[in-house]
Amino acid sequence: MSSGKVNISWFRRFTMFWVHNLQQALGSLGELTRNPVASMMTIFVLGLSLTLPSTLYVVVKNSQAVTSGLNDAAEISLFLRKDLTASDVETFAQRMQLRTDVERVEVVAKDQGLREFRELSGFGSALDYLQENPLPDVVIVFPTAEFRSVERAQGLLAELSQAREVTSASLDLQWLERLQALIRLVEDALGALALLLCSAVILIVGNTIRLMILNRRDEIVVMKLVGATDGYIQRPFLYTGFWYGLIGGIVAWVATALLVWWIARAVAGVTVLYDSQFRLSGLNLQELMVLWGIAVGLGLLGSWIAVRRHVAAIEPR
Amino acid sequence: MIRFEQVSKTYPGGFQALKQVSFELNNGELAFLTGHSGAGKSTLLRLIALMERATIGRVVINGHDLRKVGRKQVPFLRRDIGMIFQDHRLLLEKTIFDNVALPLYIEGYTQGEARKRVQAALDKVGLAGKERHYPMMLSGGEQQRVGIARAIVNKPPLLLADEPTGNLDPKLSMEIMRLFESFNDVGVAVLIATHDLGLIARMKYRTLTLKQGQMINDGLAHEPQHEEGSVL
Repeated sequence: MSSGKVNISWFRRFTMFWVHNLQQALGSLGELTRNPVASMMTIFVLGLSLTLPSTLYVVVKNSQAVTSGLNDAAEISLFLRKDLTASDVETFAQRMQLRTDVERVEVVAKDQGLREFRELSGFGSALDYLQENPLPDVVIVFPTAEFRSVERAQGLLAELSQAREVTSASLDLQWLERLQALIRLVEDALGALALLLCSAVILIVGNTIRLMILNRRDEIVVMKLVGATDGYIQRPFLYTGFWYGLIGGIVAWVATALLVWWIARAVAGVTVLYDSQFRLSGLNLQELMVLWGIAVGLGLLGSWIAVRRHVAAIEPR
Repeated sequence: MIRFEQVSKTYPGGFQALKQVSFELNNGELAFLTGHSGAGKSTLLRLIALMERATIGRVVINGHDLRKVGRKQVPFLRRDIGMIFQDHRLLLEKTIFDNVALPLYIEGYTQGEARKRVQAALDKVGLAGKERHYPMMLSGGEQQRVGIARAIVNKPPLLLADEPTGNLDPKLSMEIMRLFESFNDVGVAVLIATHDLGLIARMKYRTLTLKQGQMINDGLAHEPQHEEGSVL
């Protein structure tokens, strides 16, 4: 047995470093399957914790899409006096149509309104008991593009509501503003919630990895005695965190998709009532990747915090 | 290979385990380290293996002054020291092959590349063919030899053994000692801590004797052995 040192070229060291990384990565994956229950619990905690913020994100994203759509189609509803005849309504609508600040006009006659209401509201049979149609004729005025901003549309609203035929007029902007404020509130809450849940994920992953490190204390001592660096010992644990994140991210995808699907059914019921073509859209590819990246990042961060603290602390005695 | 210059070690709490110990172990030399329990043998070995730091004095291993060795360099120094323990310190969930290959894995070998060296090491300690066994399937003497194979697999210039024959019968102990002799024959420096005085007497090597933290004898085995023996 000669006392020569092991001589390995720089290039081989480099390639072996990566080969070794791959081996350790696969080794950690194998380690997960050896402890399926504990691993699964951590992975699910990670995945499900991310599901809540990601689902809220989907909801916010969709409500933004809805409100931006509403913004564009600013419309003024003019409710007409009930004693007007059909031809009066027609004349009024034509007069509106001639205005330069109006793009087009839509007449919803009271009979038609009642019919739609009967079909869509579910009060069909109740309506049969009514002596007469309670709905007024409605003229919906769509302002031209330059009159769609909030102030201009409000000016137009004030002007139109002065018309002799009109009993009341409404520009559905106030509720829009309120909705937008509400969405902003949800967004802020979402940010805070996401931050909290992400911290929780880091702590949970960190704690799981900490327990793994302490469980393998004897092994770590032996490895240190035969000359393993902290980095070498840490790597399998970091890979464990990585796998937690990777698989947890997939769990988050599935759970988010399920939740969105669930919500979409409820939303579909609402949109039918509003006679809207709106479809709840889930996470797109880019957002899925971001979610995955966040999951992996949190897994790595949690395990990194754990190994930084605990691997260095274990010293052979 | 090993040089202690006026080394003292005081543990937190005030217990002084080593008092101004000086000695030198040359390249390719074999020596025993003996003394009663608590005389400071373990502390001395731990100073060499960088598990402890000297309070006062200088420890030089392989030309490295350990006072100047930072935390980050410790693993690389340990790779030059093959360590053998009384309780073997094997990884029980790993095969004999993986146990012996551990120092090579740490240096970046893949399993395939480690195979030749692992087999050579196991051959050397007489355990060829046991690669796929687990430590629990082997006897105490065999486990100790696995520990030795692991210590020599990356051909370190220095072997440290802490009570390597502590749990073995005299015949097995002698076999283990012969093994250390054979490593020494090819130029490896060996320091063996043991309180098996009979064994030391038969081997006729330099013996360092510690008593209450002080080096009271440094010479051939038989003289201090009689002295110690009469005390026993």
